[in-house]
Amino acid sequence: MTTSTGTLTGPLWRTRVKLAATASASNWRLFSQSLLGRFGLVIIGVFALMALAHPLLMGTVWDKRIYDPVVGYDAVASEQVIVERVTDPTTQIDLDTARLRGDIDAQVGDVVTQLLQPAPPSRAHLLGTDPLGRDVLSQLMASARAAFALGALAALVTVVIATIIGSVAAYFGGITDGALMRFADLVILIPSLSLLIVLSGFFTLGLLHLGIVIGLLSGFGGTAIVLKSQALTVTVKPFVDAARVAGGGHAHIVFRHIVPNVLPLSLLYMVFTVTGAITTEAVLSFFGLLNVPMSWGIMLNTTQINGYLLRGIDYWWLVIPPGLAVTLLATAFFLVGRAMDEVVNPRLRSR
Amino acid sequence: MARFVARRCAQMGVLFVVFLSLLFVLMNAQPGSISDQYIGDPNIPPEARQMIAERLGLDRPLPERYAAYMRNFFTGNLGVSFSEYPRPVLDILAERFPRTLFLFLSATLLAYWVGFRAGKLLVWRRGKTAEHTVNVVGIVLGTVFEPWFYLMMIYLFSFMLGWFPAGRLIENALWFDAGFSVNQVFLRLLLTTGVAGAAVAAVLTAACAVGQPRARSALRGGGVALAGGGLLAYWLASPMRPYAADLVWHAILPVTCLTLVAFGGVMLLMRSSMLETLREDYIFTARAKGLPERVIRDRHAARNAMLPIVTSLVFSLAGVLGGGIIVESVFSWPGMGQALLEAVVLEDIPLAVGALGLLGALALVAHLVVDILYTYLDPRMRVR
Repeated sequence: MTTSTGTLTGPLWRTRVKLAATASASNWRLFSQSLLGRFGLVIIGVFALMALAHPLLMGTVWDKRIYDPVVGYDAVASEQVIVERVTDPTTQIDLDTARLRGDIDAQVGDVVTQLLQPAPPSRAHLLGTDPLGRDVLSQLMASARAAFALGALAALVTVVIATIIGSVAAYFGGITDGALMRFADLVILIPSLSLLIVLSGFFTLGLLHLGIVIGLLSGFGGTAIVLKSQALTVTVKPFVDAARVAGGGHAHIVFRHIVPNVLPLSLLYMVFTVTGAITTEAVLSFFGLLNVPMSWGIMLNTTQINGYLLRGIDYWWLVIPPGLAVTLLATAFFLVGRAMDEVVNPRLRSR
Repeated sequence: MARFVARRCAQMGVLFVVFLSLLFVLMNAQPGSISDQYIGDPNIPPEARQMIAERLGLDRPLPERYAAYMRNFFTGNLGVSFSEYPRPVLDILAERFPRTLFLFLSATLLAYWVGFRAGKLLVWRRGKTAEHTVNVVGIVLGTVFEPWFYLMMIYLFSFMLGWFPAGRLIENALWFDAGFSVNQVFLRLLLTTGVAGAAVAAVLTAACAVGQPRARSALRGGGVALAGGGLLAYWLASPMRPYAADLVWHAILPVTCLTLVAFGGVMLLMRSSMLETLREDYIFTARAKGLPERVIRDRHAARNAMLPIVTSLVFSLAGVLGGGIIVESVFSWPGMGQALLEAVVLEDIPLAVGALGLLGALALVAHLVVDILYTYLDPRMRVR
């Protein structure tokens, strides 16, 4: 690591660091031109903070028995007036329900103490509790962590596979290229959500499996095709010929010369994969097909199977937070991806 | 052209066989086997268990089972549903296929039409608030948590406003003594709309050959009005009218939802494709000739910018199919997607595999149609 290049002096790594610093500065300038991209970054940051804060809060302020996202329980006692027609379900209760809950002699106008199970937001539970008496905010934060873990896993698997396949197909061409690309065609054509639904019927899918399967589907499919076309433009560059003339083997050329030049675009597709992974997971857990302890989809699933979903704004804290969280985070990653596209994609840059 | 179509058809056939093989591998890779639901029952004596396994062909070697599976798939023998025993899977799927096809086709066409127009207009509003708003709306709708969004729409339009029914295909009370089956009316509806659509397409194609602009637009307007009027007149006179109206009324909200979710991607792509096309020399020439902006936009830019959109159709087909499953299940729309989801929940593996196979076939055929459409639109492809 002490060789010096022609005009630049000092160790090579220092030059590299300097180059990387100037490149990232100019990239950041391009990225930050996009208002939506910055907005996406802020949202991702907020969710990341939520995910990081959850274990801290569980360890310090929040009692595990009450605030655990899966097995916590708290029934908020609340006084409710018995009325003929309920107009506000958080402070009123109808006569039949009051009698069914044990107080047989109850009359209209009485005040009864109820243990609320979907309890509205209060000081102890900022976003209320769900139909099983669990804290919604805690669930929301724990699910953010699951979403990030899943997104990262799916993106990593996608990028590793797609970069290697794209580079290999572009470098070797011929039969290798044909076989890999026809396979990619097939993977694109498979309706992936239907396939995942059927898979969840065959196997018990957890977060880990789901991340890998989504990564495989994206990595062998569309992403591989895009990265291959990028790798094709790299393979015809003179430095590839130079490397070959200098006696570089196939593996050396692919991994040291082609892959690093495809990597920026891979990074972009990593971000887009995260969007897909988050929404897919949410949809599958909403249908109750996954073996995941807690996620935004599960939260909405719990709301649905307990019949609070179409009560609309009466139980807004059960309906709005999980749906909004999925939408916001998925959109945020998409926005960041689009802003990155301006940086990475040379065609867009000149605009 | 014919050779190209033949080659693509052959390729699609091979892809379908590979897809079915993949399905077979997955089915056999699952822990246990299909029959474990029966065989795993401890109350079944070993001899009976053996008999069931033999009857299901599970004692045969793997290659033989694979051959039988393939043969059955191509002869239309998809087995018997577990959850609706003894109904054959093919019967269930044949009943549900038109409904899924309808949802899929109408949402795809609408999404493309809306996305194409919106993307085209967006470019002419560059940098204005309208552009940013439509952009953000398109992106959010494209990445929204679909079941949640559909449920919000149901809440808004069915419960609060009461404009549309909250899901389902028909109003049961209305159909009580209808005298037609749902599918009879549904297929008639699809057929007549298809005929009207084909007529419109034929008139529009014929209009391209007319040189005189006024005659051309008159021919176009007259043709569309005639086809639309004919369709309306047919259904007004038909005894199936109230039932068809009921079906349409139930279909509006699901189709709208699916369209809203799907149009954003098309719009964004059309926008960037238009921006690229506008930098071409022929646009510059058109401007220099002093052509009006609208003509440049619609004739010179939009038509050429359309090509990438058609390519992207291929990518979004699978997306619309997936969205269709969610729509079907949230709106209780008894199509193939709902059949698939219910089959998986009830562990009805023959039905699940059959539905997935048919959905895959639908995706392949749609891909083929798009490919042929592409060669038709791009003369460069035809020459090759």
